[in-house]
Amino acid sequence: MKTKVLAIDDSRTIRNLLAATLEEAGFEYHCAVDGREGVDMYPDVDPDVVITDINMPNLDGFGVIEELRGTGINSKVPILVLTTESAPELKSRARGAGATGWITKPFDDASLIFALKRVTGAAA
Amino acid sequence: MQAEAKQTDQEVKHAEHSEFVSFTVAGQAFCLKITQIREIRRWSPVTILPHAPADVLGVMNLRGAVIPIYDLSARFGLQQTEASERNVVIVVSVHGKPVGLLAESVSEIISINPDDIQDTPPVDSRNTMEYIQGIISHDDTMVRIINLDAVISAPEQVMP
Amino acid sequence: MSGSIQDTFFEECEELLEATDEGLTAIEGGDHDPETVNAIFRAVHSIKGGAGAFGLDDLVAFAHRFETVFDEVRAGRMELDGKLIQLLLRSSDQLSALVEVARDGGEIDEAHNDTLLAALDEYIPEEEEDLTFEPMGLGAPAPVADLGIVPEAPAEPQEETYRIRFQPLKEMYGTGNEPFFLFQALKDMGDLTVKLDENELPGFDAMDMSESYLAWDITLVTKDSRSMVEAVFEFVEGLCELSIDGEGDAEAEANALAALDAMFSTPDAPPAPPAADAAEGEAPAVPFEPPVPAPEPEAKPAPAEEKASAPKAESGKQEQRGGPKPTLRVELERVDRLINAVGELIINHSMLAQQIANLDVSDTRDVETELEGFKNLARDIQEGVMAIRAQPVKPLFQRMARIVREASAATGKTCKLVNVGENTEVDKTVIERLSDPLTHILRNAVDHGVEKPEDREAAGKSKVGEIQLSASHRSGSVCIEIKDDGAGVNRPRVKQIAIEKGLIPENAELTDGEIDNLLFAPGFSTAKEVSNLSGRGVGMDVVKNAVTGLGGRINISSTPGKGSTFTIILPLTLAVMDGMVVSVADQTMVVPITSIVETMRGSDDMINSLGADGTLLSIRGNFVPICDVAGSLGLYRESDQQAGVYLLVETETGQRCALAVDDIHDQRQVVIKSLDGVCGEIAGVAAATILGDGKIAMILDPESIIAASPTAAAFDTERRMSNAS
Repeated sequence: MKTKVLAIDDSRTIRNLLAATLEEAGFEYHCAVDGREGVDMYPDVDPDVVITDINMPNLDGFGVIEELRGTGINSKVPILVLTTESAPELKSRARGAGATGWITKPFDDASLIFALKRVTGAAA
Repeated sequence: MQAEAKQTDQEVKHAEHSEFVSFTVAGQAFCLKITQIREIRRWSPVTILPHAPADVLGVMNLRGAVIPIYDLSARFGLQQTEASERNVVIVVSVHGKPVGLLAESVSEIISINPDDIQDTPPVDSRNTMEYIQGIISHDDTMVRIINLDAVISAPEQVMP
Repeated sequence: MSGSIQDTFFEECEELLEATDEGLTAIEGGDHDPETVNAIFRAVHSIKGGAGAFGLDDLVAFAHRFETVFDEVRAGRMELDGKLIQLLLRSSDQLSALVEVARDGGEIDEAHNDTLLAALDEYIPEEEEDLTFEPMGLGAPAPVADLGIVPEAPAEPQEETYRIRFQPLKEMYGTGNEPFFLFQALKDMGDLTVKLDENELPGFDAMDMSESYLAWDITLVTKDSRSMVEAVFEFVEGLCELSIDGEGDAEAEANALAALDAMFSTPDAPPAPPAADAAEGEAPAVPFEPPVPAPEPEAKPAPAEEKASAPKAESGKQEQRGGPKPTLRVELERVDRLINAVGELIINHSMLAQQIANLDVSDTRDVETELEGFKNLARDIQEGVMAIRAQPVKPLFQRMARIVREASAATGKTCKLVNVGENTEVDKTVIERLSDPLTHILRNAVDHGVEKPEDREAAGKSKVGEIQLSASHRSGSVCIEIKDDGAGVNRPRVKQIAIEKGLIPENAELTDGEIDNLLFAPGFSTAKEVSNLSGRGVGMDVVKNAVTGLGGRINISSTPGKGSTFTIILPLTLAVMDGMVVSVADQTMVVPITSIVETMRGSDDMINSLGADGTLLSIRGNFVPICDVAGSLGLYRESDQQAGVYLLVETETGQRCALAVDDIHDQRQVVIKSLDGVCGEIAGVAAATILGDGKIAMILDPESIIAASPTAAAFDTERRMSNAS
């Protein structure tokens, strides 16, 4: 069975980039355009891993993590944060919220796949 | 063994036969490969293109597309055709675009063995040499095989 | 693939830049909603993110600086005063310029770019200035940066054995990290042996379910570099006790890890689940093979197949959430194919109507009623399809605000652009092709129209010049108006220039309107006369050509001291147009209605000869040169029919000319068929159309017919002469 990815990002460009890379690598790709939609979609998609942007309208990436990890959903899936910042405090904050890891934008195919591999074990 | 080989040979030859449509332009016999022809229509008056050269008759409506019509006779340097209902327009595709060619009348479909095609003997007219790809003898008449790409250059260059 | 993603990026950039501009303009206008600031921040951030993906470094660098400043504002550490807003507006313009360069090529104005960057820097607090945008600037070996070459190691690497001790802290389990996957990633790098150390596992009774008791001793033989091995543990740094000992290296590497460690203060993780495999008994050192029971965090939920409802069509729903109506992205080509088909339908209708009219049937009333219904439906469909191509002028107008800002900055004037009717919808191609003419007119308005602040004050006007850009629908056309409150056309000066340029005789007597329209005359403006801002070597004649090229007309009206107004009238669509069907030398032709001022039947006493072969038409006492369309097109009449009908049209210079045709049939909507690829450009012909009888008719271009007609062109000059005398 394909590894299911739920990507949450308000940038169409980033979503398309993720879709292109992930679908080519054999992942099942789902996406949401903001945090709220991502959280809403989560139960239906039931992903193996979530990739979320930080800066988003409606609900930001930290909010996504908090809601997914919160008692309501109580998700244990790996959550990777997409960030353009190398700033450690952002990562620290994301991790504090329960993020599994991060992907620094701009990302290339290899680092994206490698990040997914480390949290899902899936090469695809 | 030998007989078998010979037969195979013949089959190959046969398979290479191509079908051509022959037609007359200014009393001379010409032909085009059947695969080059999209359709053949009876002549109906066309819309004149202002400032067009003598061999461009005008444009015609082919199912919603505007296509140019050339007078093959004038194109070959022969006299201009007085187009009438007896004449035909052969619609061909050149450079991916449909183009109509006015001919006197369509004669028949002939099957040509490529080996039978003779090179155009050198004649004075350079145009003729360019426009005619080769000649072939059919029923004791000389049929000229038209080099379509040479006759109709890229559409942009058709009119100066 | 990546090409189309890049297209998406540029498309998105347009939207994001619009959002940025809109937001900044709102803030400038006193909007204090924090969400406005957030939206701008996100937009610029998204541009940066996308630009990074395509290696657009200049854009990334600029967006980053912009974003950093804006982050200060967002965090409430900085006041958004007028000066900063102006800087941000200009920065937003620069961002657009950088996007354009990235998309279309060209040169970046480095000096301008640097100036803005420096200006932005002044707002960035000291400690943040070094926060450059680098992927994974972790200080220590930057693991991800190395990953471009994963898993291939660089040339001829030495095989190395690493001994890794890995002991997760309980916090790790709250982050969704699983040791098993890390091992699997290591396994891909070489020979891996994993040994579970459960020595710390207490007795069952003493076990704290939230504690982490397990540790692993790992041996990895790999050709991959040490930093790549470390990269595997990137996400768990600080969440585990980790030591990596290479055979040869025991030195400084630990420092780097310590540095990493120090970066993450141990977070307050939510209660971690117990290590699922804690009770798995003894674990001898076995060669690690993947099928080891994976420590699945939780029982996997039901298979996904049943829940195929997960939406994938992102573009559709994307707009839904934002509030506006749901939209659909469609390839332009599909729409155009539909437009073509509808065009055929309209032609088909008129053919049908004509054939029914030709039938020898006594009572066609019923058929005609149905036919009328057909016609109305066809028109509905046509309008519906055209509406798909129609877009609001808003983005175009917003770009124009930028033009006015730039022009104001360059000329030292203060102008504001007021947009009216931004939601007016116009055909996409029209919008695209309006950009250049509007830019030029607006630059012109700032440069020549609006006075210097001190002059404005002296004239009792507000220091800030106002330019109003408006769009509206007006009886089947689109009307674009550019109205400034400047000094108006300096008529004596314009006239003098026209005389100097030899455009008019020295003693010409022109009406005010004629003088104003001299601005559109070819060769009127040159570098000498205009400043380098609106100049750029083109004059208003180029503007006029662009507008007429769209089948439109442009006019100027001006009141001295009060300002000037440019009015552009454009057809709603480029696919169909209203035309007058005429016959010329036995051919049916179509003349665009927009260019016709008046039509009339001529009688002999209206025609006056002038010179050897020139004729003038007398209209209510005015003499207008006659241009014989047939002659101009090189057509000859076979019958002895005379050109007895005149279409009064306006030439480029605002002069009038009477086109002589044989007859006028009717006025109708025709579908425009391009002659591109059918034949080369034909003087006097703009395009073709298909009439009701299936015949093709040429659509004429009055301007070029007149230009091709030596008599009319000569008369044009002569008239000026006669005017002058």
